[in-house]
Amino acid sequence: MSKIIVSDKSIAVPGETLATGMDILPGAGTYREGEKIVANRLGLAMVDGRTIKLLPLAGRYIPKTGDTIICKVIDVSFSGWRLDTNSAYSAMMSMKDATSEFIQRGANLTQYYDLGDYVVCKIVNVTSQKLIDVSMKGPGLRKLKGGRTIEVDPNKVPRIIGKQGSMVTMIKDATRCSITVGQNGLVWILGDPMSELLAIEAIKKIEKESHLSGLTDKIKEFLEKSIKH
Amino acid sequence: MMYRELRSHIISLLNANTRLDGRNFTEYRNPIEVEQGIIKTAEGSARVKIGETEIIVGVKLEVGEPYPDTPDEGTIIVGAELLPMSNPEFELGPPGIQAIELARVVDRGIRESKALDFKKLCIAKGEKIWMVIIDICPINDAGNLFDASSLAALAALQDTKYPEFDGEKVDYKKKTDKKLKLEKTPIAVTVIKIGDKFIVDPDIEEEKVVDARLTVSSIEDGTLCAMQKGGDYPLTIAEIDQMIKIGIEKGKELRKIL
Repeated sequence: MSKIIVSDKSIAVPGETLATGMDILPGAGTYREGEKIVANRLGLAMVDGRTIKLLPLAGRYIPKTGDTIICKVIDVSFSGWRLDTNSAYSAMMSMKDATSEFIQRGANLTQYYDLGDYVVCKIVNVTSQKLIDVSMKGPGLRKLKGGRTIEVDPNKVPRIIGKQGSMVTMIKDATRCSITVGQNGLVWILGDPMSELLAIEAIKKIEKESHLSGLTDKIKEFLEKSIKH
Repeated sequence: MMYRELRSHIISLLNANTRLDGRNFTEYRNPIEVEQGIIKTAEGSARVKIGETEIIVGVKLEVGEPYPDTPDEGTIIVGAELLPMSNPEFELGPPGIQAIELARVVDRGIRESKALDFKKLCIAKGEKIWMVIIDICPINDAGNLFDASSLAALAALQDTKYPEFDGEKVDYKKKTDKKLKLEKTPIAVTVIKIGDKFIVDPDIEEEKVVDARLTVSSIEDGTLCAMQKGGDYPLTIAEIDQMIKIGIEKGKELRKIL
């Protein structure tokens, strides 16, 4: 007989049995051990019909296919660029995926992306060994010029973006900054100095108060108040 | 140049009279906290926080033999270990250039200002002296280790009490009431140059794009006692004069915190 042991949105610790029975499916952050479904990490257990997944409360970014991330170029090799993904694994961007321009044989690859440059890219493949392939081909994928990059908790990224990007759009409109949020917890901001600071402050506030309800209204109020001053 | 984009962004901010975190050019991060006597087993210790930068300094007193050329003088030994916990760019192993420079800048500030009267550290001429061992241990490197370390070293020295010494052995379990006397308070201020602007208390991003830096140590009356130049670019005499002026001025401000 299958049985779900934890209640929805309760805190689970690693090794905790969340449910038993073969007709319940283990989602992200959980694994099956015989009949049991066991938590992999510390987080909130989410019961969705027959699947159980775990929303981590903290932790580093884990690369996932399809994520749009912000990366730093850490190496330029013969055939492409190696990128730091702000996770335990680095990504490889091949010449083919890097640009739609034609790259001459033996060209100086640093003229496209140099060491220390930041790029917005998309993960096209993650192998079981966590070798990551990224691509720059797609809307909004580009090299980031100027501006600054800040680091936030990757688990709070969904809150910073908001439903259909509502939160980040609100900050963009209020501060008139260009903001790009990467799934890996890097956020790029460009605007005039004071509004950049305000945008950072707002993002940090979201990060800190992400568990509270009515966050959008709070941030809206905060932004309106700050802009008046 | 590794950080071309970051550098151009920082310079455009500096030209607009502000910095990455919105501070003025000669403004330290807040809060600056000094906490003394945090390690029981050390003769003196201090923790200093400047913004998010955090440093712990411990002082040990040992009895040793004097150097042959200064038979009636004690000595100080400053060591710094840059722990990988404090900054992902630091690596374990023997101290690198950065750690050695940090230790030497702190050492020079204390030594050349004559903050400690080495003659008073002598126990028996030519035989026994006190050796003051200062260990610097960054807990979090968010920029400006130089200023934080020398402030912490000074605070730890202020806190230092002699252990009991019966002429043969030192009993570290018992501390006497006798304090290590500080004659002066040398404060180090690092002024950095990016483009044509001078700023103090750089954060970690600003440290990446430094053109030149000058650490200026000064004592109460504004006398200059030690300097250290770093960075890849040269400085003109006029620039150095200006940096010293900023350094001494900010030093006076920092001294009030101690």
